[in-house]
Amino acid sequence: MRRLVALLFLLLAAPAAAQQPPRLIADVSQSRIDIEYSFAGAELLIFGAIQYPGGRTPEKAPDIVVIVRGPPQPITIRRKEKVLGIWMNVDAVRFETAPGFYAVATSAPSTRLTDERTASIYELGLDHLQLSPASGNPPEEIRAFEEGLLDLRRRGGLYTEAAGGVDIVEKVLYRARIALPSDVPVGRYAAEIYLVRDGQVQARAAREIVIGKSGFERAVYVAAQDHELSYGLFAVALALISGWAASALVRRN
Amino acid sequence: MDIYLPIAEISVNALVIIGMGALVGFLSGMFGVGGGFLMTPFLIFYGIPPAIAVASSAPQITGASVSGALAHWRRGGVDVKMGAVMIAGGLIGAGLGSGLFRFLQDLGQIDVTISLIYVVFLGTIGGMMLREAATALLDHRSGRKRAARPRRHNPLVAALPWRMRFYQSGLYVSPLAPFLLGMAVGTLTVIMGVGGGFIMVPAMIYLLGMSAAVVVGTSLFQIVFVTAATTLLHAVNSQTVDIVLAVLLLAGGVAGAQFGARVAQKLPGEQLRLGLSLVVLAVAVRLLVGLTWRPDEVFSVYGP
Repeated sequence: MRRLVALLFLLLAAPAAAQQPPRLIADVSQSRIDIEYSFAGAELLIFGAIQYPGGRTPEKAPDIVVIVRGPPQPITIRRKEKVLGIWMNVDAVRFETAPGFYAVATSAPSTRLTDERTASIYELGLDHLQLSPASGNPPEEIRAFEEGLLDLRRRGGLYTEAAGGVDIVEKVLYRARIALPSDVPVGRYAAEIYLVRDGQVQARAAREIVIGKSGFERAVYVAAQDHELSYGLFAVALALISGWAASALVRRN
Repeated sequence: MDIYLPIAEISVNALVIIGMGALVGFLSGMFGVGGGFLMTPFLIFYGIPPAIAVASSAPQITGASVSGALAHWRRGGVDVKMGAVMIAGGLIGAGLGSGLFRFLQDLGQIDVTISLIYVVFLGTIGGMMLREAATALLDHRSGRKRAARPRRHNPLVAALPWRMRFYQSGLYVSPLAPFLLGMAVGTLTVIMGVGGGFIMVPAMIYLLGMSAAVVVGTSLFQIVFVTAATTLLHAVNSQTVDIVLAVLLLAGGVAGAQFGARVAQKLPGEQLRLGLSLVVLAVAVRLLVGLTWRPDEVFSVYGP
C-alpha cells in the first residue's frame, strides 16, 4: 500500500518536474549477512552514485537519505506502574507493524530535508514511522507508548537516526555505514535510498538484504523449531551424560 | 570471547556465562542444593530474556543433580518409592505450571510473578535458615546443648487417608502428602526455573518428618526427573531451551559443583548453613529492590 502511494506520487509528480530527474545507482556491501557463533554485530555499507541527466552536475549537491528497514513485527508494548508498592505492567498497546530494525542516515538534518507530508509518505525518520497501533487507547496515550518504544529501541541500537551519516563525494558518489547490533532480528531487510531536492523525493532505489542464521546456529534453530521433541530429548541426554561423566571422573581420582 | 546464542538471539560473553555456571555450581556443591534459584536470577540480571533463562537452566540443574544423586544412590541414600511418588506429583505439577506460565505470559505479568514468588520463598526460607543456623552457632559457642526436638508428624499430614509404608524414610504416611508436595514443587520448577531442592528439603524434614539420611538423596533423585521433564515441556511448548547456553552453564556448573563439594567437607555445617542463608537473603533483597524501586524503563516490548 505504501509503495503504491509512493508510486502514485511519483507518477503525479513526474510531469510537474520540467527537467528529467536524476537516477540513483545503489549497492550494498553484503546482500546476505550470516549469523554464526561469533556474531557480535555487523556493519553494512550502502553506497552508489547519482546519475544526472545529460551528465550535468548541478551546483548544489542534492540530499541523500538511506534507510535500512527490518521485517515488520506485531508487538505489544507494556507500561509499568506502581501498584501497592510494586512496579508491574498495567496497560498495553499493540502495534501491528513495528519494524524489528530501522536505521536512517541522511546527508543533512532530516527536518531540513522535506516537509511533514513527504516525510510521512516515505517514512523518512523515526518520528514518521507508521506503527499501526491496534488498540483502542486514546491518541495521546498511544503517542506515549510510541515514544516509549522508540526510546527503548534507540537505546538498544535497533532504531538509529544519523544526521550527516551519508557522505557525498563530488556531488556524485554517496555512501553510508549502518551498524547492526548483535541482537538484530533475522529476516528480509530493505535498504532504501532516496534522493531529495527542494523538499521533494526525486529518485529512489532499493536493495534487499537477507539476515539469517547459518551453519550450526541455523541447524540449532531449525531443530528447536521443527523437531522440538528430539531437541528436548537431546538437551536432557546432554545434561545427564555430563553430570554422570563429572561424577565418574571425580570418583576415579 | 563472544558467542552467539541461537535461540536467545543475542551474543554473550562465553567466559562470563561459564563463570556464572561455575559460581552457582560451586555454591550448589558446597551447600547441596541445585542452584537454580541463583542461576535464573543471575541470567536475567545479565540480560537473557526471562523465558529463555528459566527454560535453559533446567538442563543445567539436571546435570548438576545427576552427579549428586548418583553419589547418594551408591551409599543407599535414595528412597526410590518415596521419590517415585514425588516424581508422579512433580510431572503433573510441571504440566500445570506450564499452562500457568503461558497464561501469565499472555497477561504480561510473568516477570513480576516470577520475582514476587522468588522474594516470598527466598525471604521466608533464608530467614528461617538464618535463625536456625545462628541459634546453633551461638549454642555451640556457649557450649549449651539443646534437647533434640522430638520428631513428630505434622497433624495435617497425619490426617490424610490411605497410609503406606516407606521403609527407607522410616515413615507410615499417606502417599498423598509427598504427591502433593511433589506437585507444588513441580509447578514452581516450571515457573521459576529451579530444581526446588531448597523448598523440598525443608519440607521433607519438617513437614513429612523423613529420616535425614535419605532426604537430600531422594530430593536430588526427584529433581533429576522433574527438571528433565521440564526441559522437554519448555522445548515442545515454547521452544525456549537454548542448548548453547545450557552447554556453557553445564560446563561451568558441573566443574564448580565438584570443587564446592570438596570445600564443603572442610567447613563445619553451621557455618555452611549460615553462609547459604545469607546468600539466599541477598538474592531476595536484590529482587525486592528491583520490584519496588522506580525502574529505569517503564516500557517493555513483548515479542511478535
